[in-house]
Amino acid sequence: MSSVTVSAAGTAAGLLSRRRIGSAGRRVLSRVLAAVLVLFASATVTFFALHLTPGDPVRAVLGGPTANPSPATIAATIAEFGLDQPLHVQYGLYMSRLASGNLGMSFSQRQPVVDVIAAQVGPTLQLMASSIVVAWLLALASVMATTRRHPLLQGLGSALETISAALPQFWLALVLLAIFAFGLRWFPPQGNQGALSLVLPTLALALPLAGFLAQVTRESLELALDQPFILSARTRGLSDGAVRWRHALRHAVLPGISLSAWAVGSLIGNAVLVEVIFSRQGLGRVLYQAVTRQDMPLTIGVTLLVTLVYILASAAADLIFVLVDPRLKAQHL
Amino acid sequence: MTEATVRPALVVEGLAVTLGRGVHRRRVVSDVSFTVAPGKAVALVGESGSGKSVTARSLVGLAGDGADVTARALRYGNIDLSALDERAWRRLRGKDIGFVLQDALVSLDPLRVVGDEIAEALAAHGWGTAASRKRRVLELLDSVGIPEPELRARQRPDQLSGGLRQRALIATALALDPPILIADEPTTALDTTVQAQILALLETIKQRGTGLLIISHDLAVVSRIADEVVVLNHGEAMEQGPTAEVLSRPRHAYTRLLINSVPGARPRKPRAAPATTETVLEADGLVKSYVGPDGVDRVAVDDVGFALKAGRTIGIVGESGSGKSTTARIALGLLDPDHGAVRFDGAPWAGSGEARVRERDRRRQRPHLGVVYQDPLSSFDPRWTVAEILGDALDAGGVPAAEHATRIGELLERVRLPVETAGRRPLQLSGGQRQRIAIARSLAASPKVIVCDEPVSALDVSVQAQVLELLDELQRETGVAYLFISHDLGVIRQVSDEVLVMFGGRVVERGPTEEVLGNPQHLFTQKLVAAIPAHVAGLDAVGASLPG
Repeated sequence: MSSVTVSAAGTAAGLLSRRRIGSAGRRVLSRVLAAVLVLFASATVTFFALHLTPGDPVRAVLGGPTANPSPATIAATIAEFGLDQPLHVQYGLYMSRLASGNLGMSFSQRQPVVDVIAAQVGPTLQLMASSIVVAWLLALASVMATTRRHPLLQGLGSALETISAALPQFWLALVLLAIFAFGLRWFPPQGNQGALSLVLPTLALALPLAGFLAQVTRESLELALDQPFILSARTRGLSDGAVRWRHALRHAVLPGISLSAWAVGSLIGNAVLVEVIFSRQGLGRVLYQAVTRQDMPLTIGVTLLVTLVYILASAAADLIFVLVDPRLKAQHL
Repeated sequence: MTEATVRPALVVEGLAVTLGRGVHRRRVVSDVSFTVAPGKAVALVGESGSGKSVTARSLVGLAGDGADVTARALRYGNIDLSALDERAWRRLRGKDIGFVLQDALVSLDPLRVVGDEIAEALAAHGWGTAASRKRRVLELLDSVGIPEPELRARQRPDQLSGGLRQRALIATALALDPPILIADEPTTALDTTVQAQILALLETIKQRGTGLLIISHDLAVVSRIADEVVVLNHGEAMEQGPTAEVLSRPRHAYTRLLINSVPGARPRKPRAAPATTETVLEADGLVKSYVGPDGVDRVAVDDVGFALKAGRTIGIVGESGSGKSTTARIALGLLDPDHGAVRFDGAPWAGSGEARVRERDRRRQRPHLGVVYQDPLSSFDPRWTVAEILGDALDAGGVPAAEHATRIGELLERVRLPVETAGRRPLQLSGGQRQRIAIARSLAASPKVIVCDEPVSALDVSVQAQVLELLDELQRETGVAYLFISHDLGVIRQVSDEVLVMFGGRVVERGPTEEVLGNPQHLFTQKLVAAIPAHVAGLDAVGASLPG
């Protein structure tokens, strides 16, 4: 199936090029096709992985291994979810429904997967967006303030960055919770009511990411500051600060932008832990529960959404990269 | 700027600069004095490490972190520069003293359009409004000879040619019409003909009444523009005075060495006819085109051919984009031509279509075709010692491991390096030593031909002279033939028996070197010949009168 799709994509691209449709349009089309392939592969891998895990999905649906459902209830559940069919038939059925946009019913929540996701996606996207923004702000603040300054300041900056990058997010979440929620009582320990409840989970996710981004950005800022155009700008009468912000920064953020797409992917993974620790609503919690209850449609649904977010984040990172470095316009996107 | 207002001069007396921290702290400039007067040009001449760039940067207060700059007098007009704080320096930079660095591709911010760079110089000093700055940018671009300023102002450095880039960079320094302009190697990265244009522009600026301080390693550049020259070596002024006088009657031995090292100042030493006249590398009707990013075919090499005989040298001269390096790559068998063929040592070496030669068939002969590039550092593994680098080449040439130690000793001796060099790594060697190692490596398998692609372009002129001398001696000793690629006709003159002048992918002129140089036919060759130092006033006489 995938080879058919690939060759179809090839033919389509060929047709387009012969018709001399703008190369930008062709690149967008090939990216969309690639995205569809990735989504398809992601659903397939998740489907089979879930069927390899031990345990009985029927029992999971009916209340876990300790439950004691009647044979009639079991039979009804199996019929309802198509669990009595051979695996390849189940796969075929599921994929054809997926292709028509139907994500199916959640086993465990007994409502459409789309509804479950729609109810939970907001808080997670909010948490991810605030984390990536805060991570960048912290990284830039540290890098711009300490790179190529007094040796002590520089040492302090890069030490803090290394420590932050090394902190495990779940551990950081627990420490933040202990100090600022239970100790100082500045922020609520759980829930997602209001902006205050976002602070601690955001920090738990953003701090390690900020350390990582800062390390990369610091190195490229140092490289940029050594470039002749920096000296050139200084000879025009620009101050050290102006040269940093107007010239060097733009060069320094490029590697970080590329890595941000990857960072979004890793944020989703870590959001699972953080949402569980802070008892926040969100896809992380949903995914955690779906996997433990072997809720195949819900797991695949969340996985697809996560994959989609990652694909969009990659596209956005490429777009931002070209905006910052227009020299790449010809090769990129 | 044409009014004859009296412009201030820049006076430097007894300048000393100390750089570095801890044990690395050392004096890099001592007791240097000169005056840059309005409408005059002073040149600081020296090789790398002579302290010329540090001197220039100290004059705008940018000698670097931890630099200690002292002087008996350091004055601009009646401003005492040694008493300035950072804010005062900033007001002075760009407005009173402009500064131009070499290689505008990296000296202009590669991510910004050049119009913004020039406008920034104006804005930094609070000049005008956004709209008036915009007009001034176009005016400036026009004044430095950039056509279509509206279009160029919106382009980035990588979208401009080398010459236009350098002009744009000069425009950023001229934005506020500073009375003093410092230019640090303003023509170094440029092609010869573009160099001449930039020098003409600097000459115009000088005539408008700007005082110029030119930093250069290139005596030809200096002789064309400077009224006074200061020869620096290890941070000390060896000699200074009016340019014509210093260049024609150098008093100091170092000045004589510099002048004597200028390639092409003298024709090639006469030599005995080689023992054989066997043709070792032959190219016929080479054509190669590339598809550019715009989808248009570009012919890089168009009908190029030559026949290189044993023990002889063919020089290929041309500017960037002339196709000389593509020709070298085809000759090396690294790139298949679209048409035409290459024969090496009597056998097919490269061809097109049916006559294409497979790499498998070339491999056995590869060690016998050596190559030396411009920057040996990037073609060495920095973790390897010299012995490992040479041992690897000997291996490829089929020399048994047992003989390696002796052969490495021989090779080092051959390139005039002490045996101890074998234990060092590329980063611990100077540029000249590295190039000698590159030559030793190419000699490892007793090659018949060495392709030299700009082998001395990155070297200081005195080192350049030594490496050219070495290549010449090796040719006499071993009978190796050279295919010698260079943008510098002076270098080509010094080493070649025959010269091919390339322009736009074609050979526009060819023949015995002295004939071509003595009577250039093509307009481009004439321009190149006019630019070589032997024809520059002052140097001509020196070259002839020097011994050896």
